[in-house]
Amino acid sequence: MMRGRALPYLLVAPAFVFLAVLFCVPLVQTIALAFQTGTGFGLGNFVQMAEDLNFNDAVVNTFRLVGVAVPLQMLAALGMAVMLGHLRAGRDLVLWIWTIPLGLSDLAAGLVWLALLNDQGYLNTVLFHLGIINGPESWLTYETPMALFAAIVIAEIWRSTAIVMVVLVAGLQLVPKEYAEAASVFGASPWKIFLRVTLPLLKPSIQSALILRTVLAFEAFAVVLAIGGRNFPVLVSEAYTWQHFNQAPAIAAAYAVVVMGISLAATVVYLRVLRTPAAQRA
Amino acid sequence: MTTRRGIYLLGVVVLCAWVLVPIWLIAANALGGQALIAAWPKPLVPTQMSLDTLRVFLAIEGVGRALWISFEVAVLCMVFSVALGLPAGYALARYSFRGANVFRVMILLTRAFPVGILALPLTVGFIRLGLYDTALGVALMHTALALPFAVLVSASLFQAIPRELEEAAWVFGCTRLSAAWRVVLPLAAPGVVATAIFAFVISWNEVFAASVLSARNRTLTAYLLAVLADSPLTYQFAGGLLLIVPSVGFIFLVRRHLFAMWGIASR
Repeated sequence: MMRGRALPYLLVAPAFVFLAVLFCVPLVQTIALAFQTGTGFGLGNFVQMAEDLNFNDAVVNTFRLVGVAVPLQMLAALGMAVMLGHLRAGRDLVLWIWTIPLGLSDLAAGLVWLALLNDQGYLNTVLFHLGIINGPESWLTYETPMALFAAIVIAEIWRSTAIVMVVLVAGLQLVPKEYAEAASVFGASPWKIFLRVTLPLLKPSIQSALILRTVLAFEAFAVVLAIGGRNFPVLVSEAYTWQHFNQAPAIAAAYAVVVMGISLAATVVYLRVLRTPAAQRA
Repeated sequence: MTTRRGIYLLGVVVLCAWVLVPIWLIAANALGGQALIAAWPKPLVPTQMSLDTLRVFLAIEGVGRALWISFEVAVLCMVFSVALGLPAGYALARYSFRGANVFRVMILLTRAFPVGILALPLTVGFIRLGLYDTALGVALMHTALALPFAVLVSASLFQAIPRELEEAAWVFGCTRLSAAWRVVLPLAAPGVVATAIFAFVISWNEVFAASVLSARNRTLTAYLLAVLADSPLTYQFAGGLLLIVPSVGFIFLVRRHLFAMWGIASR
């Protein structure tokens, strides 16, 4: 009997210890490192971080990127989920194609869009054939901040809409068809059914997709470096720069703490704003 | 009604092209050689494609090695995630025990943080332990990313397998362990394989932790990021293509399980 009781703990222990050592400990270490100064604890690293020229840009750019890309992705993913519902033949093939970007890193996505958008890339070729430009044109330098921003947003949307779509489609499968059928019997239009019946029932999935996506979007940096180099600093690319090129792990840790704080805050906001009372769950 | 269907179908086709065309174009760029990179305006259908660029790229010192290290790290991450995740998932599915919720909260907490960033403070400890700049070190960090996913997915895999099957096996003289091994595991196998592949992909694609925890023994992602600023476009595209190809294949393998996995992992 003793052995029977100990068994679940024995089974969970390795994973628990592993996450304690490689998740909880570095979490505490990062915070400690960020607040450590020569003499004790303080905000010195954060002050130095905030005084850096790139800091403001990094904050603004990160929020712009997340603020534009995530809502667009949610809309696109909802549209894709609805389209899938209307598809009969070829659903599996379409699903596979749409989920391919799920397996790509943000670095790969950045390189893909670099191939399309560089000076002599395909976008310029098409624009040239349409007679809009006369020769190779640069879009990805600090002189064209809006085009650079648009390119990064497009690459992010291209890569990570798939994950939102998968979570939403998985959620749609859990929504019973009877509700929509009932609404349609009472004369609701398809659009109204989607807005008033499907969407509210999908709220838990939308919530988890938003949490997942937002946390990952705050973390994206390789896509930014691949497309824009240092021209578009974001928080995590700055953390990487401080750690890697400036050999200042404490400042990098300060950036990490900022990113983690924002991620945690975003998660809490989503959990509160999109809360579904237990009685309303599908 | 048919116009509505037509619009949906058009949307589906456009979105398929939206995913596939960029991949096709980077492949064309990676395989078209220096001539294509320099060409202006670019031919929309490349005139000649060969594996020469890819071959030259792979022959660069460090590239083949980085490819091998990426593979090594991803396999280690896959093995660790499954070895640690399956038992924990089994325990969550089959037993109610005190402290189970603490573990669940810990798993859920990993989702509110960008875990890769936590590699930053690990460098010091890893140097001391001799793990810095090794495949094992990077794989350990990647396992922290993939393990919560593996636990959640395997827990629900086991939940879906009726307890009665296991109990029948005990009646016929199986021990708990052999019943789990010979009855439960074969039933869960397809899902377990999908989970393992996903752990591989998570590791294969990870950039930040891999860059921070290595200096010379870099994974392909870390290598590409490090040489990004000073390598010619041809090689950047060849590297991008090398990153993409295995991922596309793996997503194809797990496509049937994707929705079940993410439905579970995001509940």
